[in-house]
Amino acid sequence: MNNKSIVIDGKNVPFEDGQTIMQAATAAGIYIPHLCHNPGFTPHGSCKLCTVKVNGRNCSACTFPASEGQNITNVTKELNDDREKITQMLFVEGNHFCPSCEKTGNCNLQAVAYHLGMTDNHFPHFFENREVDASHPDVMIDHNRCIFCTLCVRASQEVDGKNVFAISGRGIDKRLVVNSESGLLKDSDLEATDCAAHICPTGAILIKRTGYKVPIGQRIFDHSQIDTVTLANEGASHDE
Amino acid sequence: MQQFIRQLAQENDFQATRLLKILRAVQARYFHIPKAAIEQLALVLNIPRTQIQNVIEFYSFFHLEPRGQFDILISDSITDLMVGKEELINYFAEKLGVKIGEVRADGVVSLNNTSCSGMCDQSLAGLVNGYAITNLTKSRIDEIVENVNKSVPLEQWSRDFFTVEDNIIQSGLLLNETPIKGAAIKATFARGLTETLNEVEKSGLRGRGGAGYTTAWKWKFCHEENADQRYIICNADEGEPGTFKDRVILNAYADSVFEGMTVAAAIIGATQGFIYLRGEYLHLYEKLEAVLVERRAANLLGKNILHHGFDFDIEICLGAGAYICGEESALIESLEGKAGIPRNRPPYPVVSGYLNKPTSVNNVETFLAAANIAIHGGEWFAAFGTAKSKGTKIHSISGDCAKPGIYEYPFGVTVQTILDDCGATDILGVQVGGPSGTFIADNEFQRKIAFEDLATGGSFIVFNNSRNILDIVHNFSHFFAHESCGFCTPCRVGTSLLKKQVDKIVEGHGSAGDIVALEELCQLIKNYSHCGLGQTAANPVLTTLERYPEVYQNRLKKISYEPGFDLDKSLETARRLANRDDAAAHLAQVEE
Repeated sequence: MNNKSIVIDGKNVPFEDGQTIMQAATAAGIYIPHLCHNPGFTPHGSCKLCTVKVNGRNCSACTFPASEGQNITNVTKELNDDREKITQMLFVEGNHFCPSCEKTGNCNLQAVAYHLGMTDNHFPHFFENREVDASHPDVMIDHNRCIFCTLCVRASQEVDGKNVFAISGRGIDKRLVVNSESGLLKDSDLEATDCAAHICPTGAILIKRTGYKVPIGQRIFDHSQIDTVTLANEGASHDE
Repeated sequence: MQQFIRQLAQENDFQATRLLKILRAVQARYFHIPKAAIEQLALVLNIPRTQIQNVIEFYSFFHLEPRGQFDILISDSITDLMVGKEELINYFAEKLGVKIGEVRADGVVSLNNTSCSGMCDQSLAGLVNGYAITNLTKSRIDEIVENVNKSVPLEQWSRDFFTVEDNIIQSGLLLNETPIKGAAIKATFARGLTETLNEVEKSGLRGRGGAGYTTAWKWKFCHEENADQRYIICNADEGEPGTFKDRVILNAYADSVFEGMTVAAAIIGATQGFIYLRGEYLHLYEKLEAVLVERRAANLLGKNILHHGFDFDIEICLGAGAYICGEESALIESLEGKAGIPRNRPPYPVVSGYLNKPTSVNNVETFLAAANIAIHGGEWFAAFGTAKSKGTKIHSISGDCAKPGIYEYPFGVTVQTILDDCGATDILGVQVGGPSGTFIADNEFQRKIAFEDLATGGSFIVFNNSRNILDIVHNFSHFFAHESCGFCTPCRVGTSLLKKQVDKIVEGHGSAGDIVALEELCQLIKNYSHCGLGQTAANPVLTTLERYPEVYQNRLKKISYEPGFDLDKSLETARRLANRDDAAAHLAQVEE
């Protein structure tokens, strides 16, 4: 029996105590754009793409608890324009070249950008010099594409029972680091079968020798929008 | 080194929460945190090495590469710039024979900038091996260079370098009281804990860090949480540029602050308190420790305080150079031995704070006021101030005025009154509340200091007409980009973009569209950032753009678009490769 509800864009959405706005929305088939959120892991609230207006106030849907009396706006021009700019910030901060990236078509960052109608980078590029760690026999890190969502950090801790990844540094100097004495992936206890090796929403962590197994044109977002794909994948996990 | 680390970890009970304290000791001994130390600490503290690495990279005072045996930092606050910091630091660098940001080849000395060190009333200020130095002039710099070059140990330097004046110019309700040694605790237990909380509520006391949350409510909510342990934390991470009142309160009224913490602990039911002292105030550490020792001896701390069956003690924890740790949940993370990244809220610290236990974090000045309210009652305090802002506020006044220092006024005082008292003339404007606050122009001096008009944590920087608005904005924008913790996208990327955009305009490369782009970026950072730092980081631009649009306009070029970088300079590598330097190998920034 569930008679509690919130309102999202004029629609009544039921929720249970303890659910976040994101969880309630996803279960009800409403897509809220997000990158650092993944329903299998502790919410992080850092990418800020899932910002919605709760009774006029900006809140991160992935961390903010749903509660009675919330009138929420999600799809508005204002919010989507700003989400686009936040996505553009992620693009200029790193070095993202979709045409030459093996993740293209399977990349959440790229798919969100398409969803929001992003056609350019808008902001000046940082052109940061970031490195590639190809030391591990089966997994590689391309730091150029990391957006600091911490999904690999959480997956390693929460699912794999390891502690392979962490985010280090402050401000714009933040970076993904590997928990090994050398700092290299090969000296960590990461295995290619680890959840952490597969969770990256961009092309920052890749399994070697699998890059073009699925040809371009047959990839996840080649024929579907991210909202449909997300609701199909993530909506299911809430119904358990 | 192994022996040293082992000993250090043991002294700290192998507690990972003490990581900052441990790293401070390692840094002081080895001038950096050696890799081997990280490996050993990870083992003995049983934490991932990446947590230690993150802490080292997050805090400005920790280093993975060695700094000099004398590590000299010069405060980069706007008030330091106003006394000629740029010229003086260059002079310093030249005399020492070291580049700013680097270590001299012999490893003896390093020189760098640091965010406001809280000495704006005695600029130019800095830190040597963490200890505050004040009133730097060329002749003082000469003396320091001599000490450094002769490798005179810091303990043998003239004490004059390290003199920090209180500069209390105007005392009011709180500063007129003498330090409290037991009277507030006695009054609290005599009156009753609930009754004392009622007095604090009646006083209308609101948080003095700037946000202004009602103190009594914080304590009440914290008390009402069902928990086996609760914590009291004094926020002495006074990092807002231009603020130094907590430095003075802790130097002159430490007893009263500790007494306020003790009263609060009794009310909420905490047995452990912490004072999180910003690393820049290392010079206060020993003095504060001595006060704690005295208070333990007098049974004002420890077991069964004044025979009321109440146990409470206070531990001093030093920060390590991170403005963000003034945010209460970031401060708690730091106390737990981690990088200072603000938490998601809810839950609020009063529900889940330090070690996920109910925690009340209050400002130094709040505890000073609370201790006095516990003695004199709520009405004594509420008789001053305005309807919504009761009592007095202690201000740190600096910049272009004859008498910089500490001033206490009842809320409701006008900016003009303060300006008259501190001897400011020919004024351009005032930055109230620090960079995260508001810039007030000369036609607004009748506005009042109060939560309902100009809210402030106590920073009050005066600028006269010889100053340039854009220089101020430039300094503040760089400050926020440097201090952003980097957790959320809008602040991490946004403050750096803002810095670049301000630089572009200030350096004269801006064109018509750049003001619009600037404003758009500001709104994005303000509306979408995770915490107060990001939400206020654009205030310097927004508050000055609103008041002085012409100042920005005048810096723009009269063309429709200009690249954000120097075209000709970018061709330098190509010219070198082609071995050319003729006219055709150069490019004008715009078609003339």
